[in-house]
Amino acid sequence: MPTVSMTVNGQAVSGEVEDRTLLVQFLRENLRLTGTHVGCDTSQCGACVVHVNGDSMKSCSMLALQAEGAEVTTIEGLASNGELNPMQQAFMDNHGLQCGFCTPGMVMSAMDLVAKNPNPDEATIRENLEGNLCRCTGYHNIVKAVQQAAKTMGG
Amino acid sequence: MAENGIGASLKRKEDPRLLLGKGSYVDDINRPGQAYAAFVRSPHAHANIKSINSTAAAAAPGVVAIFTGDDMAADEVGPLICGWAISSKDGSPMNMPHHTCLAQGKVTYVGDHVAIVIADTQEQAKDAAELVEVDYEELSAVVGTADADAAGAPQLHENAPNNTCFDWHLADNKADVDAAFAGAAHVTKLDILNNRLVPNAMEPRAAVGDYERSTDSLTLYTTSQNPHVARLVLSAFFGIAPEHKLRVVAPDVGGGFGSKIYVYSEETACLWAARKIDRAVKWTADRAESFVSDAHGRDHVTTVELALDGDAKFLAMRCSTKANLGGYMSLFSSAVPTYMYATLLAGQYTTPQIYAEVKTVFTNTTPVDAYRGAGRPEATYALERVVEAAARELNIDPAELRRRNLIQPDQFPYETPVVHTYDCGDYGASLDKAIEIADYAGFAARRDQSKAGGKLRGIGFSNYIEACGIAPSAAVGALGGGVGLWEAAQVRFNPTGNVTVFTGTHAHGQGHETAFAQVVADQLGVPVENVEVVHGDTDKGPFGMGTYGSRSIAVGGSAIVKAGEKIIAKGRKIAAHLLEAAEDDIEFTDGNFTVAGTDKALNIGEVAFAAYVPHNYPEGVEPGLDESAFYDPLNFSFPSGTHICEVEVDPDTGTVEIVNYTAVDDFGTLINPMIVAGQVHGGIVQGVGQALTEGAAYDPDSGQLVNGSFMDYTMPRADNVPSFNIDTTETPSPLNPLGVKGCGEAGAIAAPAAVMNAITDALGTENIDMPATPEKVWRAAQAAG
Repeated sequence: MPTVSMTVNGQAVSGEVEDRTLLVQFLRENLRLTGTHVGCDTSQCGACVVHVNGDSMKSCSMLALQAEGAEVTTIEGLASNGELNPMQQAFMDNHGLQCGFCTPGMVMSAMDLVAKNPNPDEATIRENLEGNLCRCTGYHNIVKAVQQAAKTMGG
Repeated sequence: MAENGIGASLKRKEDPRLLLGKGSYVDDINRPGQAYAAFVRSPHAHANIKSINSTAAAAAPGVVAIFTGDDMAADEVGPLICGWAISSKDGSPMNMPHHTCLAQGKVTYVGDHVAIVIADTQEQAKDAAELVEVDYEELSAVVGTADADAAGAPQLHENAPNNTCFDWHLADNKADVDAAFAGAAHVTKLDILNNRLVPNAMEPRAAVGDYERSTDSLTLYTTSQNPHVARLVLSAFFGIAPEHKLRVVAPDVGGGFGSKIYVYSEETACLWAARKIDRAVKWTADRAESFVSDAHGRDHVTTVELALDGDAKFLAMRCSTKANLGGYMSLFSSAVPTYMYATLLAGQYTTPQIYAEVKTVFTNTTPVDAYRGAGRPEATYALERVVEAAARELNIDPAELRRRNLIQPDQFPYETPVVHTYDCGDYGASLDKAIEIADYAGFAARRDQSKAGGKLRGIGFSNYIEACGIAPSAAVGALGGGVGLWEAAQVRFNPTGNVTVFTGTHAHGQGHETAFAQVVADQLGVPVENVEVVHGDTDKGPFGMGTYGSRSIAVGGSAIVKAGEKIIAKGRKIAAHLLEAAEDDIEFTDGNFTVAGTDKALNIGEVAFAAYVPHNYPEGVEPGLDESAFYDPLNFSFPSGTHICEVEVDPDTGTVEIVNYTAVDDFGTLINPMIVAGQVHGGIVQGVGQALTEGAAYDPDSGQLVNGSFMDYTMPRADNVPSFNIDTTETPSPLNPLGVKGCGEAGAIAAPAAVMNAITDALGTENIDMPATPEKVWRAAQAAG
């Protein structure tokens, strides 16, 4: 089996994978970074969103081998010294999560949104999160969380 | 009130781990040496299995074992069950088909389980499953609810003639109700469909079965809303292992909405196989499997009629429903369209007579069972659609027609003609508040404004009631239920004064670890951060019935309060001894035992320490401070409220925009208003999904689920829905110690009727069914001119 090497959450990692192994499987199975979730099989739900070279990416939509040499950040890589980052804190402050299963992908997508659009209005937030399904929150408090985080993060 | 006690919008204790990626869901759990399972599923809706040849699959790389229904039968694994017995009008028992864990001889829906393939890796198991050759004799399929019992329809089960499970009515009062209709000044009649929904919790179902050879015991890690019930069913009915040799763990569970109540074939087969091969066996559903194998919800065809007198007072109601059960019965699938449905048809109104009949039918589709609301959304939809239609026919303001028929606050306890006795409520207060928040007075002007822009604007009401706090065990038993529905709790002071609380309920998004800790903090005066709530493991804490039917705070919370009362009673004895006072003179407030009228006091933490280090201790009192309680509710609880939806319809494209949504709910006492609001938001969006976008679509000939993926089944996304205006009124339930009612299902119950009443108002026709997709709305708009 081929070997793939990349940087995940600042750490150099490598592992043997099948040609067909998806990036999300490599993260979950090889690295045991189980914060990234799999909620569907058609790249529709967004539970597996991570950052690849600074952009949000559904990690079920690329092969592990395609991430050779890439800088990958997962939900486990956001906190520093165990402290929630401003987006994570905003989700907690605004009750933007319930069962927590969509949350890692939702937070990673929201981070990318705020990085690219520091001052988004509600419509922009809703439009940009349409690739992330949530069945619990009705999105109401997720939108509020992203609005708070955008302010905190200097929008 | 203790800081962060009852009523505080405390941020959730569960959030940091879930936000840091440290949650532990079943698919995150791996056991040493585990193998992986994949299921061979029927590609046909209806077929006889002539033979299964697994020779090629068994020779594939990594394959450990392949088992079929015959193998499980040889081990005498019992059939899947339905736990609620319903009788037909003629007194005959329901026709429950034999439902084996893996099919034997016949399959009845696409996705039905034919074999389990176990291999060293997940990919190997899936690859090998493709190599299992099943020789099917295809049979004609029946899919639609309305014609499943028609003469000549393909027959699913030998013991269910005309595909009928039962033909039931709530009471034999049809003649009386017919007489009331005959004397009515006005009758409004609607034919409506309640569309079939796929629950789609974001976490797919998963299971890890694990066998411990040294103790001959099994552990099942599973995505369950009720791990103790799962253990009971796996033990008592399926015979997998005796209860004391079986541990069921439901760790972090990523949403349930009813679909994770049931014990399914997959986890049963994984657990059974783990002992068979002496290795842990893991399975995680693909979403495609979830679509066809998670129990679906709703799927009713209903005719509802309302009779009114000359003053527009409701005289009587008739409701005739056919409900689709799918290919087999499921754990509570007989109760959902009967006692969870017909008993709610009085709604908030004084309607004196109601006749309700329900026929349930088998079809070649995925089994149907409870999905968020479970019967109560169907009842609310039928009732609130017909009430709104009656208002329009009589040209009476829909709010006024409702107000004229509401049960008044001084009429409680109120016995409806359909079983329930409501404990309390002030329905007019919620209606008035919702009308004010929604600016109902300004609607006419807004409608004119929309009209000027070429749009149609409509407004719709939904006054709902639900029966939650499920349920008084004796009442459940009297109606055919096979279980008791009490709840259990254990409150354990540790020697250092912090508290571990065990509950038999299960949280999968509801925030019990926070809300239950608030209840304990409030009652015992302990800082909330020193209270840990433990659930989801049958080896920890007492047997419990789990979480569904918005029961957890009303029943589980009450059990915690009862255990806390025992803690205080024992603490009082210990404190009296230590403070050298009479027990009757000891008062307990804010965590302190005080001698009345003095400043002599001991904190409950000091009392707990004394209980574990009982050197100076009252005679006859046991050491330790650790109390359990079981709580069987006196009645259901009855949350209620008014939801008002305002939509704008584009008649040229058929698109519907929800421009304003107001919800005013009465959940009794609120433990954590932030969590309650989140439950309402989520419920509303599931209801909006039912009304606008969702619906399982089966090909009527082949029985294939044609929208079985997230690309095709349109779950609401962030840009499909607005933010909501929500508020509450509060009439605390007099029947439980917390005054709570439950809030988990209200949104999903109220929203479909509110949305559809708004759309029908905008279109000027009642002739449209859910989901009101742009195509349907456009056609209805054209037809209505």
